[in-house]
Amino acid sequence: MKNKDLLVAALQNGSVIDHIPTDKLFTIARLLELEKFVEPVTIGNNLESSKMGKKGLIKVSGKFFTDQELSRLAVVCPNMQLTVIRDYEVVEKREIALPARLVNVVKCANPVCITNNEPMKTIFEVDKLKGLVQCHYCGKTQKIGKINLL
Amino acid sequence: MENRSIVSIADYSREKIQYLLDMAAEFERKPNRTILQGKVVATLFFEPSTRTRLSFETAANRLGARVIGFADPKITSGTKGETLKDTIKMVSNYADVIVMRHKLEGAALYASEVTNVPIINAGDGSNLHPSQTMLDLYSIYKTQGTLENLNIYMVGDLKYGRTVHSLLMSMRPYNPTFHFIAPKELEMPEEYKEYCKEKGIKYIEQQDFTEDTIADADILYMTRVQKERFSDLMEYERVKDAYILRADMLGKCRDNMKILHPLPRVNEIEYDVDDSKHAYYFQQAQNGLYAREALICDVLGITLDEIKNEK
Repeated sequence: MKNKDLLVAALQNGSVIDHIPTDKLFTIARLLELEKFVEPVTIGNNLESSKMGKKGLIKVSGKFFTDQELSRLAVVCPNMQLTVIRDYEVVEKREIALPARLVNVVKCANPVCITNNEPMKTIFEVDKLKGLVQCHYCGKTQKIGKINLL
Repeated sequence: MENRSIVSIADYSREKIQYLLDMAAEFERKPNRTILQGKVVATLFFEPSTRTRLSFETAANRLGARVIGFADPKITSGTKGETLKDTIKMVSNYADVIVMRHKLEGAALYASEVTNVPIINAGDGSNLHPSQTMLDLYSIYKTQGTLENLNIYMVGDLKYGRTVHSLLMSMRPYNPTFHFIAPKELEMPEEYKEYCKEKGIKYIEQQDFTEDTIADADILYMTRVQKERFSDLMEYERVKDAYILRADMLGKCRDNMKILHPLPRVNEIEYDVDDSKHAYYFQQAQNGLYAREALICDVLGITLDEIKNEK
């Protein structure tokens, strides 16, 4: 725990994504396109966690994620934690929750859906209880764990 | 401006459906009017459908509107790579209402979001076909005098048949009892059975289609069992003749029972049924005219009172 505190505290400005399941760390790293970042990025995996046993963590300097970017992460992996740091202070700490509606995040699995054939945004309604997303246009549902992102 | 498009009627209230049925009945009383004089109705058939297009165009013409549009996607700019959005935007400059048919699912909903001109969905792939549902409801209402508490038997291809799915959902307020009669491979999809459970709609599934199993039906809704729907052709050969309605199967049926079919039929209703008093599929198609007259007027904001009081 001491190590983690140090890592977080060492950021002047930026974001920390915490509580990443260890098997999802590299998926999340890929989704964030970390390879394009020029400022310092720290990636940790198999770190000790009192809640999860082991976990992953990503720390990026000078980056503040948009809701759109965070929605993509939440689809792949719910319940991760975001910490936003400005001038060494934690200004925000929250769970990265799946929104009720996903705009331009998910690709519809239905090949004859209009969204797969027209340059347009996709919209999906999220049913957290059933673990499904439903295409606003064609009505087809997909299980959250099996979604393809745009 | 409020968008009055009709993309789906599956979630329409009892009041709204009754209102449209009353409007259709008013048009049946007097199909030829001038209430749409000066209006332009566009019929954009990105996918050919002669029957539906003729019905809509007849409805528009009989109410005095002028009709523009295309019947074949090959002659449109879509083949040059124009997007649906651009086509809809362009036609919106010319027409007061757009009736559209498209092979892609969700196309009509998307079209309704990119224009202020009301859209009527005349079928989007295997998704929705509300004007067919409206004419089915009107046919049931007209022949049974009510939509309440009916035994509705759906026969044939219940997996891919969008008309049965739409009808099922639209009957939700009326306490129906459904019988789903289909081969295993074409049975009612799980999501619609789930829908029935959620909404408290009673249903019974069976595979036998005989004189006895249809004896309690008020409505027998027949659909085509198409060869191309089967992954296993042996299975098709086994069931292809099991879902054909013959006149000699009508001996025990209820006096009020009517046979509906969205048409075109191939062989699932024998021609000897046509002369039975239970056969209703041709009148059903005619009801489509009145239902579509009602839908066009409704999206244009023309009320039942205005139609009744028209000079």
